[in-house]
Amino acid sequence: MNVLSIFAAVPGFTSNQTSLNPVGPMAQRIEHTFTLIFFTTAAVYLLTMAVTAISVWKNRLHKDEFPPPEQTPTEQYKRTSIAVAGAMVISILLLFVMMVASFATSHAIGKENGRAPFEVDVYGHQWWWEVQYPQPEAYKTVVTANEIHIPTNSLVRIHGTSRDVIHSFWAPNIHGKRDLMPGYENDFVIQADEPGRWRGQCAEFCGPQHAHMSFLVVAESMDQFHNWMDAQAGTPPPPSTPQTQHGQVVFLSRACIMCHTIRGTVAGSRVGPDLTHVGSRDTIAAGTLRNNPQELAKWISNPQQIKPGVRMPPNPMPQQDLNDLVAYLESLR
Amino acid sequence: MEQAINRPALDVSNLPTVGFGTKSITWWGIMGMMAIEGMVFALMVAAYFYLSTRSTEWPPHSNPPDLLWGTVNTLVFVISLLPNEWYRKRAHKGDVGAVRIGLVVLTLFGLANIIIRYFELKHMNTDWSIDAYGSAVWTLMGLHVVHLLTDWVDSVVLTVLFFRPDLVEGKRFADASENAGYWYFVVLSWIPIYLVIYWAPRWLHA
Amino acid sequence: MSPELKTITGRPLTAEELAQHERLDRVWREPSGFIGWFKAVHHTTIGKRYMVTAFIFFLLAGILAAVMRLQLAMPDNHVLGPDKYDQFFTMHGTTMMFLFAVPMMFEALSVYFVPLMVGARNIAFPRLNAYSYYLYVMGGIMLYVAFFCNTGADRGWFSYVPLSGPDYGPGKRPDFWAQMITFTEVSALAVAVEVIVTVFKLRAPGMSLNRIPIMVWGEVVTAFMVLFAMPAVALSSTMLLLDRTASTQFFNPSVGGDVLLYQHLFWWFGHPEVYIIFLPGAAIVSTILAPFTRRHVFGYTVLVLSTVSIGFIAFGLWVHHMFATGIPQIAESFFTAASMMISIPSAAQVFCWIATLFTGKIVLRTPMWWVLGFLFVFVMGGMTGVFVASVPVDLQLHDTYFVVAHFHYVLIGGAVFPLFAALHYWFPKITGRMLSEKLGQLQFWLFFIGFNVTFFPMHLVGIRGMPRRVYTYPPDIGWTRLNQVESFGALLLFVSVCIFLWDVATALRRGPAAGWNPWQAGTLEWATSSPPPSYNFLHLPTVGGREPIWDDPPTQPVVTGLHDDAREYLTTRVLDAEPEGREEFPGPTIWPFLAALATTFMFIASIFRPIGFTIGAIPVAITMIGWFWPERQPAARRREREIWSRP
Repeated sequence: MNVLSIFAAVPGFTSNQTSLNPVGPMAQRIEHTFTLIFFTTAAVYLLTMAVTAISVWKNRLHKDEFPPPEQTPTEQYKRTSIAVAGAMVISILLLFVMMVASFATSHAIGKENGRAPFEVDVYGHQWWWEVQYPQPEAYKTVVTANEIHIPTNSLVRIHGTSRDVIHSFWAPNIHGKRDLMPGYENDFVIQADEPGRWRGQCAEFCGPQHAHMSFLVVAESMDQFHNWMDAQAGTPPPPSTPQTQHGQVVFLSRACIMCHTIRGTVAGSRVGPDLTHVGSRDTIAAGTLRNNPQELAKWISNPQQIKPGVRMPPNPMPQQDLNDLVAYLESLR
Repeated sequence: MEQAINRPALDVSNLPTVGFGTKSITWWGIMGMMAIEGMVFALMVAAYFYLSTRSTEWPPHSNPPDLLWGTVNTLVFVISLLPNEWYRKRAHKGDVGAVRIGLVVLTLFGLANIIIRYFELKHMNTDWSIDAYGSAVWTLMGLHVVHLLTDWVDSVVLTVLFFRPDLVEGKRFADASENAGYWYFVVLSWIPIYLVIYWAPRWLHA
Repeated sequence: MSPELKTITGRPLTAEELAQHERLDRVWREPSGFIGWFKAVHHTTIGKRYMVTAFIFFLLAGILAAVMRLQLAMPDNHVLGPDKYDQFFTMHGTTMMFLFAVPMMFEALSVYFVPLMVGARNIAFPRLNAYSYYLYVMGGIMLYVAFFCNTGADRGWFSYVPLSGPDYGPGKRPDFWAQMITFTEVSALAVAVEVIVTVFKLRAPGMSLNRIPIMVWGEVVTAFMVLFAMPAVALSSTMLLLDRTASTQFFNPSVGGDVLLYQHLFWWFGHPEVYIIFLPGAAIVSTILAPFTRRHVFGYTVLVLSTVSIGFIAFGLWVHHMFATGIPQIAESFFTAASMMISIPSAAQVFCWIATLFTGKIVLRTPMWWVLGFLFVFVMGGMTGVFVASVPVDLQLHDTYFVVAHFHYVLIGGAVFPLFAALHYWFPKITGRMLSEKLGQLQFWLFFIGFNVTFFPMHLVGIRGMPRRVYTYPPDIGWTRLNQVESFGALLLFVSVCIFLWDVATALRRGPAAGWNPWQAGTLEWATSSPPPSYNFLHLPTVGGREPIWDDPPTQPVVTGLHDDAREYLTTRVLDAEPEGREEFPGPTIWPFLAALATTFMFIASIFRPIGFTIGAIPVAITMIGWFWPERQPAARRREREIWSRP
C-alpha cells in the first residue's frame, strides 16, 4: 500500500520506472524509509517556516526608516534561548530516529546478500547492457542484452562490472542503484514480487548516449522464467523461408559479424550485443526503440541518427536486403 | 568615526617594525604555505597506500628503490639542519656575517641534495608509465623534487640579496629566519616520504 | 563616485584632517592609466574585479543553463545534440562551481570586506592578491576559449575517470578542464592564506576573538577549509592530466590503478567545497539580520561555534557521494551518521536566525527579502539533504533529478540568495549609490517564484526515474509536463537577472547618493565613506564591541603614530588584538601581472607537452624573483626607521 498515494494523482507517478511504485521487498523498505523522512522533514519545515512568517508579520516595521539599535530585553532573550534549545533537542531526536530507520533498512536489505539461488552477470558497456546467466553446464549459459528476466518472489543476485567506463544499474521499482565499475565486481540482491516489465536506466554519466542506455527487468512466474531460460540457452533453428535465408546471407556478408554473435552461425564477435534471440526482446538499442520491423530497419540503416556517437556504423543497403535482414532477425526468437 | 580630532589617541609610533616568528606577517604566510604543501604530501602518501591495497604484490613486478642514494640524501638533509639552526638564530640577532656564511653553506648543502637526488631518481627501479605503483612513487618523489628545487632557487636569491648591503634591512633578517624555517620543512617533510618510498614496500613485503 | 570629504555625521573635514587625507591619498591611491590598471594592489580594487568577473561567469553559466532547459523542454528535442549538451552541462557546472561560486562567495567578498571589517588599510600580501586575481581570470578565459573552439569540457563538472581518462576522453577537453582547476585552486589557496593572516594579525586593537564580525568568522573558517580541501582536487586533476599526457597509470585497473581513487580525492575536496560556498552565505545572513532587525544577531557564540564545527565536520562526509559504488556497510553507516550530524550546527544557525527575527524590529527592504527567501529555500534544501544522507534512500535518489533539485536548493538558496542580499546591502558601500528598492523587490519575487517553479518539480521527476545528465528523454515516459514547467521557471529567472542588471546599470549612472551608512549598520565598513577612500580609514579605528558603530562609546580611541608617507600598517596579537608591531605594505607593481602571465603560459603549455612545465618554469622563476626583489629607496627608509622587537 503506497502511503504517498497523494502523488498518485500526479500523472505518471504509478509507472514502471519510479521508486514510489515498489514491486519488491527492497524497494518497499526503501520507500517506507523515504516516507518516514518525508513526513518528518515536511513537518519540521512547515513549522519552522510558519514561525518565520509569523515573526516577520508580527515584527515588521511600518515606517520606512531605521530606528536606533536596541538590545533585546533579558527576559525575552532568556525565553527565546530556551525555545532555541528546545528546538535543537527536538531536531536532534528526530534526526536520530531517521538515522536509526536508515540503518535498519540498510541492514534488512543487505542481509540477503549471501543467499540468492539465481545469479545474473551484468556488464556495462557504452551504451548497452551485456547480460549473462552463468550455469554449471557451460552450454546452458544464457547470453543476452538489455533485457533481464527474473522469477517473481525469488532472490536474484546481480553481479556487475563494467567493460569500459563507470555505469550504474538502476531499476527503481525493484531496488536502488549500484555502480558498475572497471576493476570492481559489485554484488547485490534484488527481488520482484509483482510480475511485469520494469524499466531501468543507466544512472552514471557514461558519455554522449548515457540518455539512451535503458534496460528492462521482466519479472515472471517460475515456469515462464524457466521456459525463457531454456529458449535463450538453445540455438535457434536455421532460417526456413527464402526471405529469412536471404536475410541470414545479408547478415553474414556485411559488417554485422564484426561486432555481433548469432549462435549457430560463424558470427561470434562480442563487441556488440548478442543477437542470437534478438527477436524475442521487447526493445532494441538499449531500450531506445520498440522491437518491430520498422524501428529495426531504421536502426540498422543508420544508428547514428537515433543514437549519435554509438559504436555501430551506418549500414546503407538495397531496400530488399534490409527487409530480408530484418525478417531474419525478427525470426530469431 | 565621529569627531576623530576629539578622540583619545592610541599612539603606536614606538612599536617595533622588525619581528620574527609569530610577530612577522611573512612567517604566517609561510606557515600557510606549509599547511598547503603538507596537505598535498599527506594526500599523496594516502593515495600511495590506498593503491597498495589494490595490488596483491607491492611493488608489483619490481624491486623497491635502492636504499643507498635515498639514505645518503637523508643523512645530508639531516646534517644540514645544524648550520641551518645556527644561522637562523644568528638572523634573530641581525648578524649579517653569520647569515651570509649560513646561507652560502646551506646553498652548498642544497646543491649536494639536488645532485644526490638525481642519483636517487636513476635508481627508482621503475617507471611512472608501467603501473600505478610506478606512477605513485614517482609522483611522490616528484613533489618533493619540486619542493627542493624551488626552495633552493629561493635561497640562492636570498643569498645574493645578503651580499648587497644597500638591500639589507631588518626585513631581510626575518626573511632569512623564515628561509631557515622553510628548509626545516623541506627536510622534515622528506623524512616520512623517505620512509614511504624506501621502507614501506620493504615492510609491507615482510 | 569619489570619497566624500566629510565625517560620518556629515561634518566637513578640518584643515588638519584634510592635510592628512592628502598625504594618505598620495601614498595609497591606485596608479592610473592603462598600464596602471595592471599594477593595482589595493584590496578594494582587486575585490571589485573579482566581483565583476565572477558575476560575468555567473551570467555565462546561466545562459548555458537556459539553453539546456530549452533542450529539455520537449522530449527528443534537437536544440542541442548529445555532444553539445554534454559540453553545456559540464561547462555550466564547472563555471558555477569553480569560476563563480568560490571566487564570488569566498574571494570577492573576503578580499573586499574583510580588511574593512577588521579596520585595516589593505589585505595581507597585496601583490599575491593581485596575482591570484589574474590567475583566476586567465584560467577562466582559457576554459572558455577552449569551449568556443568546440573543445569545452564535456565529462561533467567532476570529470570522473575512466570517462575522462586517456582511453575514453580523446582530444584535449578534459585537459583544459583539469588545468583550469589548477588555475582557480592556486588562486583560492593564495586568497585563503591572505584572509587568515589578515584576520589573525591585522585586526583593529580591541577586536578580540569575541568581537570579530560574523562575516569575518565565516570567511576565515572558509579560508581554513580551502587550505585543507583544495590540495585534494589539485592532486586528482594533476593525476588525471598525468594519466592523459604522461602515461601514468593512476586510474588504470589493469595495472593496479583504481577508478575510485579519483572519486575519493575529488570528493575529499568536493564536499568541503559546497560548505566553502555556503559558509560565506550563512555569514552574510548573520551580518544583514543585525541592521534589518535593529539589534545584535541572536546567539553570536552559537553561530560562531556552529560555523567552526561545520568547517570540521564537512571533511567527514565525502563518501556520501559514493554510496552507490558498493562501499562496506560500516563505512556507509559512518558517513550517513556524519552527513546527518552536520545538520545539527546548521539547524542551530537557522534557529538563531529565526530567533533574531522573532525578537527584532524588522525593516522589510530588499536585502531582508533575500534573507527571508534564503530561509525558505535553503532550509528546504537542507530537508532534502536528509533524504540523500540515508544510504538506502540515496540509492534511489542518487544521480537523479532529485539530487539536482537538492543541490540547487542548497546552493542557490545558500549562496545566491545571500549573494543578492549582499549585493543590495553593500552596493551602496562599494559604489556610493543606492539601488532601486522597487526594482529590487520585483527582481526578488521573480527570482523566488522562478526558482521554485524551475527546481521544485525536479524532486518529482527524479523520483519518477529521470537520471541526471541526459540530453533528452522519451515522449512516452511521463516526464514531459514536469520538464516543461521547469523550463518555464527558467524564463522567470532569466527575466529577474536582467532586471538586476538594469537596476545596477541605472544606479551606477544616476542612483541617489548613499552616504556613509544608509542602513544605519554597526560594523566598521560603514565607518568610512562610500566608496571608501584609497586608504580605507582616515584614522584607523580601535573597537570595544561587536558592532563598533553601535556599541563603542564616543571616547573610543583611534590609532595614531603610523607614518603616513609610506604604506605603514599596524599588526596586533592573534587572540586579544593588542597592538604588537608595524610593517609596510608594498605599493603598486607590475610583477604580479607578469608572474601570472608566466604561470599561465606554463600551465597551458604543459597540457600540450609535459616539457612545457619545465620550460615554463623559467619565466615563472624570473618574474617571481622580480616580484620579491626589494627596492633600494624603501629599504633605506625602513632601515633608517627600524625598531627591532625584543626577543
